[in-house]
Amino acid sequence: MGWAHARCGSVAEAGPGGAGEGLAVRLRQAGPIPLSVDLACAPGQLHALVGPSGAGKTTVLKAIAGLYRPQAGHITCGPAVWFDSAAGAWLPPQDRRVGMVFQSYALFPHMSAQANVETSLAHSARTERAARALALLTQVGLADKAHRRPADLSGGEQQRVAVARALARSPGVLLLDEPFAAVDRRTRRRLQQDLAELRSSLRIPILLVTHDLDEASALADQMSVLHEGQILQTGTPEEVMRRPASERVAEILDLSPGV
Amino acid sequence: MDWTALVLSLKLAGATTLVLLPIGVILGRVLAFHDFRGKRWVEAAITLPLVLPPTVLGYYLLIALGVASPIGQAWQALTGDTLVFSFSGLLIASVVFNLPFAIQPLQRAFEGVGQDLRHAAWVGGLSTFATFRKVELPLAWPGLLSAAVLTFTHTLGEFGVVLMVGGAIPGETRTIAVSIYDRVQAFDTAAAGIMSAFLLISAFIAIAVVYGVGARAVRLRG
Repeated sequence: MGWAHARCGSVAEAGPGGAGEGLAVRLRQAGPIPLSVDLACAPGQLHALVGPSGAGKTTVLKAIAGLYRPQAGHITCGPAVWFDSAAGAWLPPQDRRVGMVFQSYALFPHMSAQANVETSLAHSARTERAARALALLTQVGLADKAHRRPADLSGGEQQRVAVARALARSPGVLLLDEPFAAVDRRTRRRLQQDLAELRSSLRIPILLVTHDLDEASALADQMSVLHEGQILQTGTPEEVMRRPASERVAEILDLSPGV
Repeated sequence: MDWTALVLSLKLAGATTLVLLPIGVILGRVLAFHDFRGKRWVEAAITLPLVLPPTVLGYYLLIALGVASPIGQAWQALTGDTLVFSFSGLLIASVVFNLPFAIQPLQRAFEGVGQDLRHAAWVGGLSTFATFRKVELPLAWPGLLSAAVLTFTHTLGEFGVVLMVGGAIPGETRTIAVSIYDRVQAFDTAAAGIMSAFLLISAFIAIAVVYGVGARAVRLRG
């Protein structure tokens, strides 16, 4: 009975590394990039990863996506084990179901918006890809611009193509690497609203990397403060801001731009 | 006009390009995307033919491919022919001295694609090969064209290495550049002039094409 509870309960109950739903991440590494990270994110939850640049935020995302292999730790997404250094398990990015929005968006410049989205639909039938890609672009409000190339889209539109492409993967987890950094303030506000709407319809864990505390407070359920590859504190944004666990955390929160 | 020499030169240039392009794509891609110990030394070795006197390169190739060398002896055992002063030997030498002309444009082109796009393709589920075919190659093709054009025209014009390794056997190793030298030695400036003009114009067109394609690619990427 207790076992069943632990298994079906949220990751927050099971604790980091416990078997359960959602994403559980534990990374340990002495160098070249030091890492000491424990993260848990339940389906439907948005977890913000904040910290100064060079803190290792992107490295954590890359490890989850399978683009960077740390020395030790494990990463599970629901029942799927993506990384387990003790068992020597490591799945390549192609075998994980990760939707990732890169800071640069990393759209393929020689393809239309629709073709960009279709690249992440290799798992679905060839005949269905075009319709599926168009449906995703419609969802992000870009149906009329499906045939444009990235260079002919605004920054905000490019970001939405990147989001559509990430969702095309039918991901088990959504990773957002500073997705609002490259757009102006007005666009940022609108895209943030879009993300808030999107997350209510998505039943997967969402990890948001940002150095903007306002953004983290407005969007995240949980927030972790990362410094030199180490998570110093995790809690709701309110908790962390009201009661920083150490002087270093307080310092990082004060110094972060956007406050 | 020495038509035999011209045909031989075109044949050598075409064969060199065909052999070198796959090598250039593989090595250029490795150098663009991977860091490894001794990478600088590999890059330096590839660049060497660009700065070495052709006679020096030709001398070492002559030693390496000659009848006394393991390569030369293995070739002789296999074919009953010597490698030096033959078309095959000339082709090997030509591939070596064109390494920088093929690899450098391809390396720069793959570097221009960037890691983020490859990562995005992998995370999206594309295999390494599918990523190469759908993302890397379509974006690096101006580099591929540059490599092909530069290799082809540079082979047409190479003189020192060809003379050292191939000699000037008509129909076998006497290329158009060597033929020009022979014509001048024989005070046949009219023939030398025609052939020189041909090489000048083809080299000029080739470089203009490379620059034109580069500019077009930059516009496409916005």
